[in-house]
Amino acid sequence: MNDAHDDHDHNHNHDHGDGHHPEAPNAVEARALALESLLLEKGVLTSEEIDRVVSYYEHDTGPMIGAQVVARAWTDPDYRRRLLEDAPGALKELGFENAARTELVVLENRPGVHNMVVCTLCSCYPWAVLGLPPTWYKSAPYRSRAVSEPRKVLSEFGCELPEDVKVNVWDSSSDLRYMVLPERPAGTDGWSEQQLTALVTRDSMIGVARPQVPTSSPA
Amino acid sequence: MNGVHDMGGMHGFGPVVVEKDEPVFHSRWEATVRALMTLALRRYFNLDEFRHAIERMPAGDYLRASYYEKWLHAVETLLLEKRVITPQELTAGRASSPPAQPTASHAERPPLRALFKVGDRVVTRNLNPTGHTRLPRYARGREGVVRTVNGPFLLPDTNAHGGGPDWEACYAVEFTAGELWGAAEFESDTVCIDLWESYLIGEENT
Repeated sequence: MNDAHDDHDHNHNHDHGDGHHPEAPNAVEARALALESLLLEKGVLTSEEIDRVVSYYEHDTGPMIGAQVVARAWTDPDYRRRLLEDAPGALKELGFENAARTELVVLENRPGVHNMVVCTLCSCYPWAVLGLPPTWYKSAPYRSRAVSEPRKVLSEFGCELPEDVKVNVWDSSSDLRYMVLPERPAGTDGWSEQQLTALVTRDSMIGVARPQVPTSSPA
Repeated sequence: MNGVHDMGGMHGFGPVVVEKDEPVFHSRWEATVRALMTLALRRYFNLDEFRHAIERMPAGDYLRASYYEKWLHAVETLLLEKRVITPQELTAGRASSPPAQPTASHAERPPLRALFKVGDRVVTRNLNPTGHTRLPRYARGREGVVRTVNGPFLLPDTNAHGGGPDWEACYAVEFTAGELWGAAEFESDTVCIDLWESYLIGEENT
């Protein structure tokens, strides 16, 4: 985990104004808080440790890590090769020491091959490089259908693949975590690594979308 | 176990619903549950025990519960089973006994010894254990091809139940959509699954 968070108040009085998520039942929230306070009282863990973990997920990991890796691979063929052969080593090269502790495998999209990642049994996800998974990734519809009708799922995400593109779905069931290296979109010749990074979306690294060049190009 | 968590290929869950601009956590308690699990993991239980604690939820509860509600259930269950907390303490919300000492072991990983190699044809065993497994139902008794050789990783089937350590090679095995789903629309599309060696039979032995 990363650097200690500032010693701000560890406030667990909850803000009930968070009304956009109607199914969060108060009983579950109360149970969570009761368990937390019990574990704190018993000295099993400390509020500083809790703060550090939450801060890591909220601030220190996210798709910006994966996007930088992809943009580097798009601009540097040697880096791309190293990334595909040894993703943790390639993460270390860019200074992502935390992320490099994950047994990451990078799957290369190329003309005629599209990769897509799911975890049908639970919610395995390369959070060290993409942050925590979105709810849809953990949901029953995605987990049930990604393996049996991937093209329909992709088309619901607006990703229509021609028939001659083969779809490889990866059901993450072990200690390995998979991330997709999407294809560099056409029309980005001469773009800087920074400009390219901005094109790389989380969904394109899960494999349910392809990076798009915005109509008003930043170039 | 043949639980409702083993969802690959099931029908009836409807379309994938995407929440726009989803936050990392929807509310503070979700973040708290995430942190409690992260901190208890490897001190009091391993990831396979955690997954299995979720799978042991009654099927109806599993389907109704939100994601972090399932996590909370599993953390509570395991901390009770490992005697880190007691049922009385959980009800009263006050500590009345010292916690059990951390017990989880950190097994040393041995060198990889793999029976199969890239390109080998394998068939998955038709296993139906009542405990934890990472061989999905939709891929049992199916023929595939080894694409990568990885690990060794701890066999989840024993690691979830206090057994082992059973270090095994783990293979990314590729199955065609036709093999998995019968008359698939695109038979050459594939699904690749990470499978432990003891889930597999070499083709010459079938």
